[in-house]
Amino acid sequence: MIHVQTEDFDIGDEVAALTQGRSDIGAVVTFSGIVRDVALELEHYPGMTERELARIEAEAQTRWKLQASLIIHRIGKLAPGDNIVLVITASAHRGDAFAAAEFLMDYLKTRAPFWKREGEKWVEAKASDDEAASRWDNKKGG
Amino acid sequence: MKLLYFAWVRQKTGVAEEDVNPPETLRDVAGLIDWLSARGPGYAAAFENLKLIRAAVDQEHVPFTASIAGAKEVAFFPPVTGG
Repeated sequence: MIHVQTEDFDIGDEVAALTQGRSDIGAVVTFSGIVRDVALELEHYPGMTERELARIEAEAQTRWKLQASLIIHRIGKLAPGDNIVLVITASAHRGDAFAAAEFLMDYLKTRAPFWKREGEKWVEAKASDDEAASRWDNKKGG
Repeated sequence: MKLLYFAWVRQKTGVAEEDVNPPETLRDVAGLIDWLSARGPGYAAAFENLKLIRAAVDQEHVPFTASIAGAKEVAFFPPVTGG
C-alpha cells in the first residue's frame, strides 16, 4: 500500500491497521524517517511518485515473502522533528521483513521522485544513497 | 507532448509544464534536451550540466538514449532526494 500525503501518520495506528485480523504475520519491521535540524519543503511528481513507489513495493514482494507492506511519504512543509516517511513490512519470520524494509528505503531514496528544499536551497543527492541501493542489484533476496 | 520540470530544473526553465510539438526528426531524450536547450537561456541553463539531470518518459525513469516516439509525457528533474 502506498500513501503520499501532507498529513502526519501514527506508527502504532498504521501497524495495527496492517496486522489487524491476520494470523499469518509473525514479524513486523517499521522504519520511520524524521526531519533533523532544518525545516524542509518536499516537492514531488504527482502520478509518477505513486507509480514508482508501487513498482518498488512490487519488486520487494517478488524478492521476499511479505504478508503485507506499507509506504507512507509526506509532502509539503515539514519542521524539525516531523515524520517524513514510514515503511512497514510484515512477514512470517523476521528475516524477510528486515531485509525488505531496508531495500524499500534504499530504492525509495534513489528512485521515488521527491525533492527536498531547505529554504531556498535544494538538497543535493548523495552518492552514498546510490551505493546503498546498488548493493541490491545482484541479490535475489532473503 | 507534455513536458514537466521539477525542483531547480523548473526554476531554471521558468515553467512547471508545457505542451510542445518537437520536430519529428527527434528520436530520443538526448535529442529533446538539445532541442529544448536551444529555445532560450533558461532552458540552456537548466540543461547545462547533464550529470545533474534525470528524465522520465510516461512516468518511468529512462536513460537519455530512450526513445520519445509516441511519448505523452516527458519529465526532467534533478536526482531525487526523498526519504
